[in-house]
Amino acid sequence: MIKFILKGLLRDKSRSLFPIITTSIGVIVTIFMYTYLKGFTEDLVNTNADFQTGHVKIVTGAYADLIEQRPNDLALIGVNDLLTEMNKQYPQIQWAERIHFGGLIDVPDKHGETKEQTYFSGMAIDLIPDDSIEHDLLQPNDSLVRGRAVSSEDEILISDELANSLSISLGDTVTLISDTMEGNMTFGNFMVVGTVRFGVTVMDRRALIADIGGVRRFLDMDDATSELLGFLPEFDDQKVDNMAADFNQKYSDNDDEFSPFMLSLLDQENLRGFFNYTNYMSSFFIAGFIMIMSIVLWNAGLMNGIRRYGEIGVRMAIGESKLHLYFAMIYEAALIGLAGTVIGTVLGLIPSYLMQEVGIDVSSALPDVGMMMSDVIRSKVTTSAYFVGFIPGLFATSLGAALAGIGILRRNTAELFEELEV
Amino acid sequence: MQNVIEIRNMTKHYPVGTGKFTALEDINLQFGKGEFAGLVGPSGSGKTTLLNIVGTLDNQSEGEVAVLGNDIRILSSRQAADMRSEHIGFIFQTYNLLPHYTVFENVEFPLILLKYPAKKRSDLVMEVLEMVGLTDKVKSKPAKLSGGQCQRVAIARAMVKKPAILLADEPTANLDVDNSHNILQLMVKMNKEMNTSFIFSTHDEKVIRYLRRKINLLDGKVASDTEQLNNDA
Repeated sequence: MIKFILKGLLRDKSRSLFPIITTSIGVIVTIFMYTYLKGFTEDLVNTNADFQTGHVKIVTGAYADLIEQRPNDLALIGVNDLLTEMNKQYPQIQWAERIHFGGLIDVPDKHGETKEQTYFSGMAIDLIPDDSIEHDLLQPNDSLVRGRAVSSEDEILISDELANSLSISLGDTVTLISDTMEGNMTFGNFMVVGTVRFGVTVMDRRALIADIGGVRRFLDMDDATSELLGFLPEFDDQKVDNMAADFNQKYSDNDDEFSPFMLSLLDQENLRGFFNYTNYMSSFFIAGFIMIMSIVLWNAGLMNGIRRYGEIGVRMAIGESKLHLYFAMIYEAALIGLAGTVIGTVLGLIPSYLMQEVGIDVSSALPDVGMMMSDVIRSKVTTSAYFVGFIPGLFATSLGAALAGIGILRRNTAELFEELEV
Repeated sequence: MQNVIEIRNMTKHYPVGTGKFTALEDINLQFGKGEFAGLVGPSGSGKTTLLNIVGTLDNQSEGEVAVLGNDIRILSSRQAADMRSEHIGFIFQTYNLLPHYTVFENVEFPLILLKYPAKKRSDLVMEVLEMVGLTDKVKSKPAKLSGGQCQRVAIARAMVKKPAILLADEPTANLDVDNSHNILQLMVKMNKEMNTSFIFSTHDEKVIRYLRRKINLLDGKVASDTEQLNNDA
């Protein structure tokens, strides 16, 4: 019977062509939207994780409450011991110490007087060792626009945009004005050895990157850090949530505001809402396409049924039962859906792959964005992208045929036979 | 003669508005094995309705109808389909061949429904195509055939499963005189060789000449039921 149905489909183009085209288009759009949302979500997660949140982040309980203000007076202390403990407890996680600090950057003229002054957003990371995890996370050396990598604790990198706005040349010494962990005002001279561009608008405006050793001295933060970021080999929302809950049960003490407290990536920067939103959107797109395509294919099935009245009637007269005929029509639709899905999947993966490799630069459209996101939007072709099209492709065609065929099932045979004009 | 169809006091009504229209009234008929009979009468006399009822496509309103010993009123839709599939062949005025399938595939279709293995299907199809003289058209599509050839394919399709009963609704209505005679002679031959009961619905004189039994229907009632001797049959 399968062979018989296949022959009919291959020979009767009007029976198969329109549904295959409709299914293919639906599957192409579904796959493209799916990979786009995957890429967008993954990029957002990775960018935020690398630059700001980690997959998990350990801070003090008090710091967590005021995390938006980056209060270094509430920073973690005794970091060396904590790191030793963490490496023992969570051997699969790589840790990165980060100090966020802000203040004024003062650019002197040749007489030592202030030539330019503005505020900066500083991040101290482990810059100097060649095996530092930061070379994989922030990739400061790969982001260099001018100059060279930092090689000593009194050297810094600043964003290319900030350097241009302050007319800073490579080799210039600037003065940073900030406050220490205890709240005292502090001044320090640092040499600008390079300018960077990370491709993240919010970082590229006023970022200043320094080695954590120099900044510890500058801010009197010996054996202390603002945040301790943890990175799993691969982000898993459920895993990091569970890890944070376990950690806090074990190490966090409500009565000690300086006790360590772990935040999962999703607990930061409203990412949980965004993460859920993209998951809902992804499901919504697939459900939406199933519905729209089912209605279109239902209609196509009805029209096809009218065109094939004679055939349906004669098949019943020959002895095919209504139920067999109904399931044969669904089977036929499933074969069409399969063909449409395969074609749609191939055609849908091509633009998705291009979007993944080339991407679209949206930096000019995001001049003032405060969100930690990449300037280049890319898709992400995952293994599931090869299969996701089968849900609307097969389901919608089968559902469309099932709806269209209900008329056959519900009608009395004689009435149907008369209507079929055999 | 063993009866393949027995109809007793059968009436068929159709609802019309709040009332009903009586299409067949108090029909009493028996058809034996190997009959070559025809329901003859003008349009609206109830020929096709009677054919549909004995073909298990419709049910009577009153009375009893047994086909091959089965009371058709108690057959489920599935059982009725199985009955048609195994024991009843249909031939239509407009041939109703499946346009996208070859002659071979059209004739093979009833055997696919019966789940016969491929080799057996092929043997039976070629056997019946030889009987109707279309072995050279095995791979042709219906659009490439003449009306007479199409009707011969339809006969082959109806006869390939060697049914006990063959119901033919105005089988020559779309054929010219020569083709009509050829088709009818073919059916007479098959009736004799395969002992299948042929029941026609017709008002075509060409067909009536071939009948061995002529049942006249008028306004839903049997007006006459006569055996007739003819040289053609």
